[in-house]
Amino acid sequence: MRIVGFFISLSVTVLLVVLLGSKLWLPLPLGSFLSPQHGVWQNAEPVQQQFNDELLFSSLQSDAAVYFDERLVPHIVAESDEDAYFIQGYLHARFRLWQMEFQTHAAAGRVSEIVGDIAVDFDKGKRRLGLQYAAENMLKEAEADPITKSMLDSYTAGVNAFISSLTESALPVEYKLLGYEPEKWNNLKTVLFVKQMSQTLAGFSDDLPMSKAKAFFGDKAMHILFPQVADSLDPVIPRNTVFPPASVAPVAPASKDSLYLQNDTISGGRLMEAEKPDKNNGSNNWAVSGAKTQSGSPILCNDPHLTLSLPSVWYELQLLTPSMNVYGVSFPGAPGVIIGFNENIAFGFTNSERDVLDYYKVKLKDDSKKQYYFDSAWVDTRLRIEEIKIKNKPAVYDTVAYTAFGPVMYDKSFPAAEGSTDALAVRWKAHDASNELLLWHYLDRAANYQDYTNALQYFTCPGHNIAFASRLGDIAIWQQGIFPARWNRQGLYVMPGEDSSYMWQGYIPMQENPHMLDTSRGFVSSANQRPADSSYPYFINGTYDLYRGIAINRRLAGMHNITPADMMKLQNDNYNTFAETARPLLLKYIDENSLSAQGKKYFEMLKNWSLYNDVSENGATLFSIWFKNLEELVWNDEFEKAGVNDLRPSESTLTEALLRNDSGFVYIDNVNTPEKETIRELAAAAYQRTVAMADSLTAVNKLAWGAYKNTSIYHLLGEKMLPFARAGLSVGGGEHIINATKSKHGPSWRMVVQAGETPEAYVVYPGGQSGNPGSAYYDQFIDKWAAGEYYKAWFMKRGEKSDERLVWKMTFKKG
Amino acid sequence: MKFIVSVLLVMLLSFVASLYLPWWIIAVVAFAVGAFILQKPYLAFTAGFIALLLLWGGLAWFISSANNHILAHKISILVVQNDSPFTLIFITALAGALVAGAASLTGSLMRRLF
Repeated sequence: MRIVGFFISLSVTVLLVVLLGSKLWLPLPLGSFLSPQHGVWQNAEPVQQQFNDELLFSSLQSDAAVYFDERLVPHIVAESDEDAYFIQGYLHARFRLWQMEFQTHAAAGRVSEIVGDIAVDFDKGKRRLGLQYAAENMLKEAEADPITKSMLDSYTAGVNAFISSLTESALPVEYKLLGYEPEKWNNLKTVLFVKQMSQTLAGFSDDLPMSKAKAFFGDKAMHILFPQVADSLDPVIPRNTVFPPASVAPVAPASKDSLYLQNDTISGGRLMEAEKPDKNNGSNNWAVSGAKTQSGSPILCNDPHLTLSLPSVWYELQLLTPSMNVYGVSFPGAPGVIIGFNENIAFGFTNSERDVLDYYKVKLKDDSKKQYYFDSAWVDTRLRIEEIKIKNKPAVYDTVAYTAFGPVMYDKSFPAAEGSTDALAVRWKAHDASNELLLWHYLDRAANYQDYTNALQYFTCPGHNIAFASRLGDIAIWQQGIFPARWNRQGLYVMPGEDSSYMWQGYIPMQENPHMLDTSRGFVSSANQRPADSSYPYFINGTYDLYRGIAINRRLAGMHNITPADMMKLQNDNYNTFAETARPLLLKYIDENSLSAQGKKYFEMLKNWSLYNDVSENGATLFSIWFKNLEELVWNDEFEKAGVNDLRPSESTLTEALLRNDSGFVYIDNVNTPEKETIRELAAAAYQRTVAMADSLTAVNKLAWGAYKNTSIYHLLGEKMLPFARAGLSVGGGEHIINATKSKHGPSWRMVVQAGETPEAYVVYPGGQSGNPGSAYYDQFIDKWAAGEYYKAWFMKRGEKSDERLVWKMTFKKG
Repeated sequence: MKFIVSVLLVMLLSFVASLYLPWWIIAVVAFAVGAFILQKPYLAFTAGFIALLLLWGGLAWFISSANNHILAHKISILVVQNDSPFTLIFITALAGALVAGAASLTGSLMRRLF
């Protein structure tokens, strides 16, 4: 009898341990997850945590120290660059390991390994775009250069030094929740991260929907629907600048009209494009000269707009070695400071928005993809077999054919559109070998304008506007990248790919990229607008913004005696230049007398609206909804007939067309009705819908702009991890506004630097230095960021060892 | 006396062993203590149960308090769909207690076989 009792008890014990120790019954192994000495409790960092430490590494060249200030910003002081990058890698891993690895897994198309088969299409998209291929090409170049080879090796060694020291209990909480462990870091991962940024910033393409739209409207109409130069454009390089004639003259193929512009280059129904980067990925930067500032020193400002996420894409730090003393933000996953300043200069980036990704329709011989037709012969492709591992399931394999253009992104087995058998190869600048790490190597150490332009030559893709200000008083901006020299309208649509005649013929020389070293205007600026007016001698299509640039230039032109505080205010300016342009249309088209009592009430709000998208403004919400409704009424009839879902002409195109000639604009008419609609009818119908929506928003107290916009910063794993997010923040601004804070997207870093004898900088980002959701430093800066406030950065000077703001010290000893 | 010694021994050995070994070492510890210190089976169970209820509950509470319960708020929403650090601490304590209680009982019953 006793033995039965024993076995029952034993079975219960074993069963409990097995159940709590495995994922058979629970989504995560609760035993290790809950154990206070192993699991999630170990990630609950004491709010009074001390970060002092003494570490010993044999790979260091000499002893080094890291001083942390009260915001947990490290000031790394090392005797060599190698040691500094080693420590940067170590600190990135210590504070952001999960994020670094997840983002590089995503870039490589390996998310299915972590989350299961829901991510297979995402992974296929990355593999077919060839991100890993692009990274391999970059790695070859970067490892061939002794400077970047040592930078990468030291950084990787630092990351791995931390990973080797990790115990089960110290794993970041995301690993514990998802049940996996980090692998070793390597140089390819760093480069993958850089290439992921290339996709985020230069991987956008509307070629497929544009081709579909062209097939319906014709190329002539596409000139009007998608104009290259807006009427009110205020370009990066001021209008009336004289550009030298183009030294590279691309020749359009003879068949351009018949095979390209007048031919349907894409088949099939609804488009099924792989995940594309956010069109809004943009930024503001500007620099004002000493003549316009109170101190007499130039001031440089930058706020890059990205998808808002936690942990933040940025990690703030200072690197101090005999060769550099640079402060700013870095990417967890890559060495160096990406945006920042040193003792002599400050630099900031905005996206060029130029199109460097084209599609070519190629002819594959058969489903084996082994050959394609090119220049009158069947040519072998290079097949790359992609193994996509899946959590708890067998791997899937995907064969990607590489052609003279690049990888075949879409084909029968991964169609671009429903029922489409087109094989579309990608020509993407980011595939070409490059070494962007050298740009940052030189920029972080640059002392003057010459050093800055020398650094810029290494920047190939993504193309950016890089603003510059120096202690010596220079301010400048370059749009830098390697951009194809295109013939007129090359690359707007999917191009024929059966011969070489449609390929890129050459690149614009760096000297001919739009740039200015300012001598008279007193400021330089960029905000993702077209870099130059129509007198620029190359065809430069892109997805440009219009209104932020106008707003910034207007404000800067009128400012004098500028202080850093003025610049902080400007970065948070909520004035809506787009509404300034388009609201008169609304007021003109709506007949106030015909409105209901509710309609009149909202009309008053619109009329009296300050044109500022401040959190409490109802007018901002009403205007935004009305314009969206108007766009739907104007465009949806035609574009739905064209089978184009995700592409519409821009707000500025519609606004400027109506301002020019609102009775002759043919798209106003609804093609689905026999009557001929007028713009007044459409505006009224849009207004009626707006009233209905406003009523329901009022009922839930969400008519005010801040509540309606509902700015939220999600964890990288998305809305499923809602407790790790900061949702429902009250922040003004929005699209086309200098304060470009949208619902899930916005200024990911704000920086104002006065480049005087000692640089004076004010900074903030929507996150915190720690990636651990259990740390008080996880979202430490968010409230300050939301309120438009800044921290004064503490810039450590050479030889300094202490300051009241330095609270912790980590020593890195050579052992 | 035996009871209190059992409780303290399970707590102490579990804590030390968990510094180096996986979480399930608490089952081994409770089993061993249950087998070595002869008690009535129900007392052996209770000793293991209380030891881990105190150890895991106490540690979780101590860690979470120092953290101002920042993480426990978030994890409790994820795991038990309820914003309650106390619930998470309680579940932690209970999971450890059940495992240790059952293991201690098993140890005690095994001792009685011989």
